[in-house]
Amino acid sequence: MSEPHRGRPDGGRAITGSGRSAAESRPPTPSRGASADAVLIGDAMTGGYGRGADILHECTISVDAGEIAVIVGPNGAGKSTAMKAVFGMLDLRQGAVRLKGEDITALKPQERVAKGMAFVPQTANVFTSLTVEENLEMGAFLRRDDIRRTMEQVYDLFPILRDKRRQPAGELSGGQRQQVAVGRALMTEPEVLMLDEPTAGVSPIVMDELFDRIIEVARTGISILMVEQNARQALSIADTGFVLVQGANAFTGTGKELLADPDVRKSFLGG
Amino acid sequence: MDFINGLITFLNFVAVPATAYGAQLALGALGVTMVYGILRFSNFAHGDTMAFGTMATILTTWGLQSLGVSLGPLPTALLALPVGIVAAIALVLATDRVVYRFYRRQRVVPVMLVIVSMGVMFVYNGLTRFAIGPDDRNFDDGTRFLISAGEFRRWTGLDEGLAIRSSQAITLATAIVVVAALFWFLNRTRTGKSMRAFSDNEDLALLSGISPERVVAITWIIVAALATVAGTLYGLDKSFQPFTYFQLLLPIFAAAIVGGLGSPLGAIAGGFVIAYSEVMITYAWKKVLGYWLPERFEPDNLVQLLSTDYKFAVSFAILVIVLLFRPTGLFRGKSV
Repeated sequence: MSEPHRGRPDGGRAITGSGRSAAESRPPTPSRGASADAVLIGDAMTGGYGRGADILHECTISVDAGEIAVIVGPNGAGKSTAMKAVFGMLDLRQGAVRLKGEDITALKPQERVAKGMAFVPQTANVFTSLTVEENLEMGAFLRRDDIRRTMEQVYDLFPILRDKRRQPAGELSGGQRQQVAVGRALMTEPEVLMLDEPTAGVSPIVMDELFDRIIEVARTGISILMVEQNARQALSIADTGFVLVQGANAFTGTGKELLADPDVRKSFLGG
Repeated sequence: MDFINGLITFLNFVAVPATAYGAQLALGALGVTMVYGILRFSNFAHGDTMAFGTMATILTTWGLQSLGVSLGPLPTALLALPVGIVAAIALVLATDRVVYRFYRRQRVVPVMLVIVSMGVMFVYNGLTRFAIGPDDRNFDDGTRFLISAGEFRRWTGLDEGLAIRSSQAITLATAIVVVAALFWFLNRTRTGKSMRAFSDNEDLALLSGISPERVVAITWIIVAALATVAGTLYGLDKSFQPFTYFQLLLPIFAAAIVGGLGSPLGAIAGGFVIAYSEVMITYAWKKVLGYWLPERFEPDNLVQLLSTDYKFAVSFAILVIVLLFRPTGLFRGKSV
């Protein structure tokens, strides 16, 4: 990640060192900026839930190989919706989702799991009555090979889970549950891991630890796309940040750029 | 000596019959609780699924008997049981294909599926009566007693006898084997775990790539097998009459709810709670108390809390009490 992305021409604002603006804007093309080599891209997505009004308006989200992309924005900006759209949990009226260049817009979420995507929902993301180990086994349900190695890797990443592996996941603390949830998703050995507010409802200390773990996961080559409420912290570990406002891209850039940008700071980070 | 005589009377008239009945209810309640856990509705057709499976078993038993096949001291029905199970599986899978799947795809609310299952219940009921008639059928052809009261008296020299019918022993043995197999399946196999996962969190199960249609089909197969086993054991122990099986629905539901809907362990506990309550409340305690109490306290009436005609009132009362005070049941199942 070297070149910052340009925001959407319509309403999006480019954040670049030189402050280029609408003059350079072109109509959306399938491969803009660094998105050309994106592992996963939700390109100009427009759509909403069921037959309701559109929530996303030509929203573009992408993540590059082995990098962390973060979606931030005010409440009701469509962050989670954008994530769900990328995962196929709502129908797009326009736009496309591509995984490694392959158009997967028509695939169901389960089929996307088989293609190498994993999703950790914000709530109800563990099987509470199953033990930690069974949760991990269920994560690997689609795999027919030996899963013990992957399970060891998850236990190495989250050592506390090894101690609690015989305990029902419902008995664990919030932070530990999130670890189970992430662990479950990692069991498919995905290429892209999608996290919907992984730190919602956990203490600041646990949050820092979770972020550390997420960075560790990214270092193993897994691309991470996540939605976060804690914008400042999330952007500080992000390679790319997408600021959404009312279902459209408002700002796009590297995490550092967004943190340094006065407009972003003023509107979302509290100065 | 009086105490032991009283104890034997208690065992003979309460504990032994209630244990056998409890095992039958537990197997029935396991089926109800599994449908509730996976398909998320109360299956009113369960009693008649039991009746249908039992009917198929009885017809096969008759066929075997006419061929001169017999298991000796054991009832021929045990040999016919697998055929009955297969017939019941075929029936419920066909029903799921034709009826339930349609409503599942529409994502209807659970109460609608309950009503649908009532319709299915009437159809099953008609099928069973059409095939075997509404009359009482006795199809137990094995040895009648494992221990008879007379033998027991002769061995022990006690005044009271303890009779254990072979159907009661078979019921308990079969129930233990079936329950052990079911728990092994649910807790140790990949498919069983995926069923528990599906029951726990359907959306997350989908995200993990667990196929709902497969889970549903396996659930129906297990439920049909459990229903047929429960129905056949009940029929061996008492007798087979389609209407009785319909009536069994109430104690079975009570058992499943008392234990906690969706909890297999709860279904078993609930089965025994209901069976023991029913038997103990409708049993005339005069004889037992006569042995146990000092002479001046000896009751002069039957000390029967409720006539056996009202035995269903017992399950109903327990059901209401549990729903009022602990709707999740003993084992914290799902609230209804």
